[in-house]
Amino acid sequence: MKCDHCDNEATVREVTMKNGARIERHLCEQCAQQHGIGVQPQVSIDELIGKYVLPHVLGQAAPQTPKGNSCPTCRMGYAEFKQGGLLGCPDCYKTFENQLAPLIERAHEGATHHIGKGPRRRGGGPSPQASLTAQLQERAARLRAIRKQLDEAVKAEQYEKAARLRDELRKLDEANPA
Amino acid sequence: MPHSAGQPHDPSPAFENGTEWLRGDGPASDVVMSSRVRLARNLAGLPFVHRAGAADRVHVLDLVRAQVLKAGLCEKIMWANLHELGSAERSLLVERHLISKQHAKGKPASHPGSVLAPGPAPAGIPDDPRGVAVGLPGERLSIMVNEEDHLRIQVIRSGLALDEGWAEIDQIDDKIEAGLDYAFSQRFGYLTACPTNVGTGLRMSVMLHLPGLKLTGDIEKAKRAAQDMNLAVRGFYGEGSDAAGDFYQFSNQTTLGKSEKVILQDLQQEIVPQIIEYERVARRTLQSKRATALEDQVYRAYGTLTHARLLTTEEAMQMLSHVRLGVVLGLIKHVEQRLVNQLMLLIQPAHLQRVLSREMDQEQRRVARASLLRAKLAG
Ligand SMILES: [Zn+2]
Ligand SMILES: [Zn+2]
Repeated sequence: MKCDHCDNEATVREVTMKNGARIERHLCEQCAQQHGIGVQPQVSIDELIGKYVLPHVLGQAAPQTPKGNSCPTCRMGYAEFKQGGLLGCPDCYKTFENQLAPLIERAHEGATHHIGKGPRRRGGGPSPQASLTAQLQERAARLRAIRKQLDEAVKAEQYEKAARLRDELRKLDEANPA
Repeated sequence: MPHSAGQPHDPSPAFENGTEWLRGDGPASDVVMSSRVRLARNLAGLPFVHRAGAADRVHVLDLVRAQVLKAGLCEKIMWANLHELGSAERSLLVERHLISKQHAKGKPASHPGSVLAPGPAPAGIPDDPRGVAVGLPGERLSIMVNEEDHLRIQVIRSGLALDEGWAEIDQIDDKIEAGLDYAFSQRFGYLTACPTNVGTGLRMSVMLHLPGLKLTGDIEKAKRAAQDMNLAVRGFYGEGSDAAGDFYQFSNQTTLGKSEKVILQDLQQEIVPQIIEYERVARRTLQSKRATALEDQVYRAYGTLTHARLLTTEEAMQMLSHVRLGVVLGLIKHVEQRLVNQLMLLIQPAHLQRVLSREMDQEQRRVARASLLRAKLAG
C-alpha cells in the first residue's frame, strides 16, 4: 500500500476516532514522523529500563536524548546543569535521565540504582523478599564495581591498591549467601 | 522562662553549654575527635534551593520549621533564621560545626517570586531565606534548611560512633518525613540538587587527629591510601579548609548503590580502623625511636601556649594539637583532653569575641587568644 502523502510504501497505520467515525491513515516512515506519529510502539517503563540499563551494563554507550531539551517543571536546560553542576528540581532527574545516568554511574563507582532506605510514606520499608533481592543486587553491583576498579588499578600499576581490592573481592566471596 | 519541648529556643543560651562532640571521650578518642552523619533531603514538588525564588524558599523554610518543631526530635530545639542573624552569630554556628561556611554566607535568590508559579513576590520577603535547627542539650543534631538541599540533617558524636550517629539520624529522618513529602525516585533514591549526593544522600565522616603521621612524614601516604579507598579527605572546617592542627575529616564519596548499613560498615569497621592503626603505630614509633624529638615538640608547644603573648588561630591550633598528643600519650598529666578540645573551639575568632564579650580586630584577637590560653593552661 502506498503512503497517503507520497509515493513511498506505507509502513505506519494510524487509527483515530473523530465524531464517532473511524479514520484510518497509511503513511511511510518519513511522513509519519513529519506528522508527529510515533513509528515505535509506546514502550513500558520495564522495556525502557531493559533497553537502557542492559546495554549500559554491557558497557555500551547510552542513547543520548536530543540536546536542547529542558525540564517542563523548572525549565532548566541540560547545558545550564552542565555549567553549574546542580539540577533545578526533582523532576530534572526524569527529564535528563538518559544524560544523567552515565554521569551518575561514573560519580558513584559504577552504581546505577539506589539501594537502601526509602520514605515510609511511599509504602514503608521494603518487603523481606524485596530486601533480599536488594541485598543480592547490591552484592552483584559491588563485585562489578570492585572488579572494574581492580582492572584500572592493575593498568595503572597501583599494586597496593590492587592487592587491597583483591582482599575485598575475597571477603565478598566468603560472605557469599548460601 | 523555661522552654517546653517543641518551642523554638533562643539562639544565645546554646552557646553557654558544652557541645557533646568536644567531650573528648567515646571509642578510639585518642585518635578520633568526632563522628558525623549527614543526610541530604529535598521536598517533592519544589525547585531545588539554588533554582528557587525567594518566595519558594520561604515556603520551604515554613514547611520544614513547622515539622521540625513539632516532630519531637530532641528535648529542646533551637531555631534561627540565618538571614536575620548578624555575622558574629553565624560565625559562631560555623565554628561549632552546626552550619557550613556556605550556609553562613548564603546565596542570593535568582528572583523574588516562585519558579513554579511566577508572579510578583509578596512584600517583605528576605533575599535568602534560610535557617538552622539545633538539638539541645548537646548540639548533637543540626538541620540546615535551604543550604544546597532543602534539608541537610546532621548528627555529631564524640569519638568513633558512626553506628550510634546513624541510629539516631535514621529515627530523626523518619520523624521529619512523617510530615513532609521527600523527593524520591525508585532508581536514584533520594533526589538531591547535586547528582553526587543522590541515592542514600548519606555522608559519614570522622574527624581524625593525626599528629603522629604528620611528625613521621607519613601523612600524605595515609591520605592517598584513604583516597584509594574512595574516601574524601578535608580539613577541620570541611570543604576547602586547611587541616588545622593536624585534624583531617575522612568521608565516603559515593552515595548510590550501597545501603546505609554497608556505607557504615565500610567506614567504621574497615577503613577508619586502618587509619587509626597507622596513627597509633606512628605514635608508638615516635615514642620508641624518637622519644626526645617527640617530647621536645610536645613541651615546646605547651611552653608556647603558656607563655606566648601573641597567637594566631593557626599557630594556636598547631600548638594545641601537639599538646593534645602529649596529653593522650601521658606526657602532660595535669591537663584534661576535654579542656584541650574546648580550647580549640574557644580560640576561634567568633568564640573568642563571644567569650570576652567584645568585638576585636585581628591584632587584638592575637593578644586575647594568647592570654586566654595562658589563663586556661597554666598549671
Ligand atoms: Zn509518505
Ligand atoms: Zn527540573
